[in-house]
Amino acid sequence: MPEIPLPDPRWADLPLAFAVLGLALWLTLTRGDRAAVIGFTGYGLLVAVAWVRLGSVDVALTEAALGGGLMGVLLLTAVARLGSDIDQPRPSLPGDLLIGLLCLGVAAGLAAVVLGLPSPAPSLVAAVEDHQAAIELGNPVAAVLIAFRAVDTLLESVVLALAVIVLWSFGADRAWEARPRALDFGEPSPALVLLARLLPPVGLIVGVHLFWTGADHPGGPFQGGAVLAAMALLVWLARLGRPPPVTDGFTRLGIVVGPLMFLLIGLAGVVLAGAFLGYPDAFTKPLILLIEAAKTLSVAVALALLVAGPPALSGALSMRRTGSTETGAKA
Amino acid sequence: MTEAQIYGICGAGLVGIGLYGAILGRSALRRLLAFNLMGSGVFLVFGAIARRGGIVGGTLSDPVPQALVITGLVVAFAATALAVALLIRLAAVERDEASAEADSEATDSPAAGAAPARGPAPGAGHAWDGRG
Amino acid sequence: MDLADGFTAIFVSLGAFFFFAGWVGLVRFPDSLSRLHALSKADNLGLGLVIIGLMPQASWPFGVLKLVALWLLGVLIGGATAQMLAGAIHLDDGREPPGGNGDFARRTSEAGRNNEPGAAH
Repeated sequence: MPEIPLPDPRWADLPLAFAVLGLALWLTLTRGDRAAVIGFTGYGLLVAVAWVRLGSVDVALTEAALGGGLMGVLLLTAVARLGSDIDQPRPSLPGDLLIGLLCLGVAAGLAAVVLGLPSPAPSLVAAVEDHQAAIELGNPVAAVLIAFRAVDTLLESVVLALAVIVLWSFGADRAWEARPRALDFGEPSPALVLLARLLPPVGLIVGVHLFWTGADHPGGPFQGGAVLAAMALLVWLARLGRPPPVTDGFTRLGIVVGPLMFLLIGLAGVVLAGAFLGYPDAFTKPLILLIEAAKTLSVAVALALLVAGPPALSGALSMRRTGSTETGAKA
Repeated sequence: MTEAQIYGICGAGLVGIGLYGAILGRSALRRLLAFNLMGSGVFLVFGAIARRGGIVGGTLSDPVPQALVITGLVVAFAATALAVALLIRLAAVERDEASAEADSEATDSPAAGAAPARGPAPGAGHAWDGRG
Repeated sequence: MDLADGFTAIFVSLGAFFFFAGWVGLVRFPDSLSRLHALSKADNLGLGLVIIGLMPQASWPFGVLKLVALWLLGVLIGGATAQMLAGAIHLDDGREPPGGNGDFARRTSEAGRNNEPGAAH
């Protein structure tokens, strides 16, 4: 082979950034709600590639799973149930231009901040590396999440549980014993049923693997939990199973076990290691893995329930078109 | 131009686009999408900062901002789920009120088009589902 | 750029070309079903070529096996979603999907209906 040098990978960054901005502009200005939601799912995946180019593979995995996959399902169920509800008239052209200039100003100011970031850049990489050996985790992001900023992660697990409780409170009082029905879309296509029978075993392995490998490589409880939640949603959409009613004890246990385990081990750390959320030296890695396993389960249950919606009494929404559910341009 | 600068400016542009959509979006769902665009843009600016920190420290990316962004993504998803449920509930309440008004106006004749196709009768309690 | 990199460049470029061809079909074909046909065929071929192109860059054996597993998943999911979209397009146009909804779906949906606690259909 003649000696051809490899092209600079930065040639790919400008087209990708333009594609992200162009897609964002399109989905803000397009007329159909459903088209905008589908565009938003594609946008999430492009942003995941941008995160890989920024060197943050953990964030890219989370963005692809949550921002692309689960958020897409959530917003599509919303579009199917809301229809196209234009509730704000278009402003006059001068007002439109004025707001456009305001937003351009905000973007320009933020771009100036980005270009004016201090040089040399402040960095916490050295601080993390110094203390990472004591945690015995190879993935620095996992070390930061579970050990160095563990309070943030604990509070985030609690936030997820609280979000599920608030979501349940949106259901009608009479519907408290019923099951969530946001995913009830009538008879599933046979292809969907096939996927819902073939994919969940694969997804189970992939989800648990993502959690387990997150200790030393990119991955972790959030990414693994998102894949597991997606498998549960697939089964519910294909009507091979149904979302649990909110009164189900096992569901409530699943939501709570993650934050509870985290909190209990943190409190035990007060006695055993001298600080809240301190880990005793001998048991650091097993305790961390225990917390992360419980957190994966809780994240999976919470994310699946957040998409499944509040309990409701109404029947299924048919897939056949009625005039009122037609929203945007067809593909 | 380094990739941190490219994606940082891209994030700034996304904040501007999201702000425009959040102010002028046609429907509540579009404004919610635009709000998510703004959040995504802010996270990309964070990512640019992480990348610059990583280059200085000798790795690909600074892990502390990455952890903060992961936390932020999960919380943003939870907030969007709650916002979607609020929108659907709001649509259901408005629909029930509209059909209750139509019912009270047509007291003699059978309310032909007022009742929803499925679900409990209007006024008997709010159906959660916006489509009945 | 050695032999492996050249192989990767050629095959990934071919795959990208087929994705581009699928996009041309999406834009130029007159109705939804032919667009779906063009897109799914071209995308499957493009994905296969990209995966073949990436194989010299992956570790042997498990990296290559993971790429093959990804490709199989992509083909399965692409085929199934194309079927679902085609069924939705048929319903859109007011016709039943060809062959009804299939015996398999009829059996499972009846089983699902029996499990529903008296919900209206």
